[in-house]
Amino acid sequence: MSKFSEFAEARRKNTKMVPVPSVSIMPERDLGSSPALECLHLGIDFGGLKAVDDFNITVGKTEICGLIGPNGAGKTTVFNLLTKVYAPTRGTIMVDGHDTAGMNPARVNQLGVARTFQNIRLFNSMTVEENVAVGLHNQRHCGMATSILRLPHHWKSERYYHERALELLDIFDMTGLASNEAGSLPYGAQRRLEIVRALATNPKLLLLDEPAAGMNPSETAELMENIVKIRDQFHIAIMLIEHDMNLVMNICEGICVLNFGKIIAKGTPEEIQRNDAVIEAYLGKQKKEVEA
Amino acid sequence: MSFKNIKPQTRSTILTYAIVIVAFIAVTVLDAAGFISNSLSGQLVPICAYVCLAVSLNLVVGVSGELSLGHAGFMSVGAFTGVIVAGCLTRLGLESELLLFVASAIVGALAAGVIGFLVGIPVMRLRGDYLAIVTLAFGEIIKNLLNNFYIGVDDAGLHFSMQDTASLGMQQGTILINGPKGAVGIDKVSTFVIGIVLVLITVAIVLNLMHSRDGRAIMAVRDNRIAAESVGINVTKYRLIAFTVASALAGAAGVLYAMNYSTITPSQFDFNQSILILVYVVLGGMGNIWGSIISAAFLTVLPELLRPINDYRMLIYAVVLILVMVVPHLKIYQRAADALRSRFSKATPAVAAEGGEADE
Amino acid sequence: MEVLANLINGMSLGSVYAIIALGYTMVYGIAKMLNFAHGDVIMVGAYICFCAVSYLGIPVIAAVLLSIVGCTVLGIVVERLAYKPLREAPSLNVLITAIGVSYFLQNAALIIMGSDPKSFSSIISLPALQLFDGRLTISATAVLTIAACMIIMVALTLFTGKTKMGKAMRACSEDRDAAQLMGINVNSTISMVFAIGSGLAAIAGVLMCAAYPTLMPTTGSMPGIKAFTAAVLGGIGSIPGAALGGVLLGIIEIFARAYIGTQLADAVVFAVLIVMLLIRPAGLLGKNVSEKV
Repeated sequence: MSKFSEFAEARRKNTKMVPVPSVSIMPERDLGSSPALECLHLGIDFGGLKAVDDFNITVGKTEICGLIGPNGAGKTTVFNLLTKVYAPTRGTIMVDGHDTAGMNPARVNQLGVARTFQNIRLFNSMTVEENVAVGLHNQRHCGMATSILRLPHHWKSERYYHERALELLDIFDMTGLASNEAGSLPYGAQRRLEIVRALATNPKLLLLDEPAAGMNPSETAELMENIVKIRDQFHIAIMLIEHDMNLVMNICEGICVLNFGKIIAKGTPEEIQRNDAVIEAYLGKQKKEVEA
Repeated sequence: MSFKNIKPQTRSTILTYAIVIVAFIAVTVLDAAGFISNSLSGQLVPICAYVCLAVSLNLVVGVSGELSLGHAGFMSVGAFTGVIVAGCLTRLGLESELLLFVASAIVGALAAGVIGFLVGIPVMRLRGDYLAIVTLAFGEIIKNLLNNFYIGVDDAGLHFSMQDTASLGMQQGTILINGPKGAVGIDKVSTFVIGIVLVLITVAIVLNLMHSRDGRAIMAVRDNRIAAESVGINVTKYRLIAFTVASALAGAAGVLYAMNYSTITPSQFDFNQSILILVYVVLGGMGNIWGSIISAAFLTVLPELLRPINDYRMLIYAVVLILVMVVPHLKIYQRAADALRSRFSKATPAVAAEGGEADE
Repeated sequence: MEVLANLINGMSLGSVYAIIALGYTMVYGIAKMLNFAHGDVIMVGAYICFCAVSYLGIPVIAAVLLSIVGCTVLGIVVERLAYKPLREAPSLNVLITAIGVSYFLQNAALIIMGSDPKSFSSIISLPALQLFDGRLTISATAVLTIAACMIIMVALTLFTGKTKMGKAMRACSEDRDAAQLMGINVNSTISMVFAIGSGLAAIAGVLMCAAYPTLMPTTGSMPGIKAFTAAVLGGIGSIPGAALGGVLLGIIEIFARAYIGTQLADAVVFAVLIVMLLIRPAGLLGKNVSEKV
């Protein structure tokens, strides 16, 4: 394994996960402050089906948390609930100590939740830079009249969007692509651009929906490095859905396993790998991979 | 810095302004030289009005990505408000034609903008074809209501009725709007120069809006609503902004249009008018402002050019419309275009072709 | 009595709207396009019937059949020439093409038939029914129209529910690609829908001109728009929805004309549509499809 995974292994070993009262676990270092995310008895019904039920989780301020489970377990539905794409039927979502009840997706983002999508959703007809600039929308205001009259404030704001967008694109070495059309980018670059766009909104919690899907092993390794880098640089919590067990086990500190809309296990990667319910949920098929 | 090195966005902006200014100079020179027929010079102001309408509708259909079939409704709100304002100001003794137009255009635009905003609040909850049908419905409602409006002005002020002119109860005032007969006795103050200035203002507002924080938000909503929401953009707000601004601009264009004639009727601003403007936008290209300008100007002139074959001109217009839409999608056309393209590009990428062969 | 008379008139007008709306809604369901030329097919149907009777002296029933055949052929030809090349094109391009077809049909009719209105009443004239000792008069056309609408509804429901072609049609509107993979000939199915829709438009044209006997090249456009409104009101893509929307719209229009004023009737109709859509954004019987995230 690469040097990186040794580093990640060491860091993860040094992170002690402790249970917080009754609901979940989170890293010891985040205990003093209010958690980035706290879900209590979260659930949603589609018709009679309980797609997600009694979902309790606490994600620490700087934690990388994995959400795994077999296909159709309700992982993306959880993300859709957290970002209010779907309105929850039951339960509470607290972001950084604020209840998000009654908020729309835009408001939740302004509160500090940003996400990427499983099926990539970029602004395809716009350039890479513009995509990031849209992400920066709420970071600096510039009134419509100011823009139409091209007052000095407009030009100052435009310069800010331009410079900040390039800074953020630099995380993934994408500054060279800034003036390309987002829809014409290769698949991997589109996934990375989605992350940059999400970061541009200055989130406290970043939700990544299968960030490594469709990537080759070297791209995945680079992505892992970048996810950790983003967490360390921006001091944010990251929650990710991923089927690549190597990625999940290497960079996540806490893991939550979902099956049929319910949490079947929560814990550190080691605990999850040993958990019988998890092994059963994956039908033993992925047992080797999990242990690897 | 050569023209090619400029950002594509800036290049198309420059091109857009250049088209308007060159067209203005060309028409002025040709007019002075006597090359412009009477019927065509009568079309100059309507052309400007249609260009404004196409550009403003492009903000809704092209930039914001919503299909609106009621643009003529907002045009008529502007037109009739403008006529009322002009009537009142004339009565108050305003002499300057330019001031008269500017005041009417501003009030007309504001009125259309307010109506657009009020219409937009419920409409923007809907999507796609449902939104289209509701805008159509609003356009028809506006037309119907205007058909029942009787407005007159005398020394006591404005009088309004929804029955007939007699019920206005005026002694010796002027009737400004006379139900289905529309607005009568309008001051014809619109000129080509005013029209061009209005076109430039409209283009500047739309382009400056497009290339700004708000414009990016509008386009983001068009490209992917859910993603736009996920980065904190208030979707309804930005759809509403595009719709309201476009309505206000349509109102101003309506004033320009109305003040070119001595009479206008509400039925001129019907569904077919809205469709006509939509045709300009689609032919010119979605979100492409200079495309809208050219197609609006060309399609307004086309029936004039076809006047020698008067009986068949609308038929030909229809055929042209169908062909322009269908031909690029025909297999024969695509094959021919590919063949032409490869013939023209054969000279330069010989190396690439060789490379391709080597791979095989 | 007056209320009852208005109700029957409304149902009669609504039945015409419903028959037209069925064409709109079926075409929308399968081709996902707003066929703005549909209203003008009504006009063509009415003209064919008119010409057949007054110039060729054919009996009325035969003339109606002829106009159905004529419109069916027209529908298929228009679909093949104008819409089929645009299967993969953006929907707005298809919309503009439909508008082009609409202009074409109107202006062709203008050139062939002239702009002067033709009086249709000379063709179909049936005695009116007198009920309640002559206190309620129902025109035979109204009865005929309502009956025709009901027969068409039943026939269409049976067709889409029971026959192989009807099932193919429903499969295509549900998912065109999947239907193709299951061996359904999508192109011929779409042609068939256009044929049925246009045939229905011919019937609607004859019925409408029997009730409102002026025929001009622009006769079809306003009923076309109203029927489109009706289709949306009922939930576009839904066949029972189109019938329900059409009848409702007709009743609302007649009552608005009687109690609010002829001038404002259309405004009332459209206002009702808007209010309905705000309460039920997918129409009365439409399915609310949410985007998958």
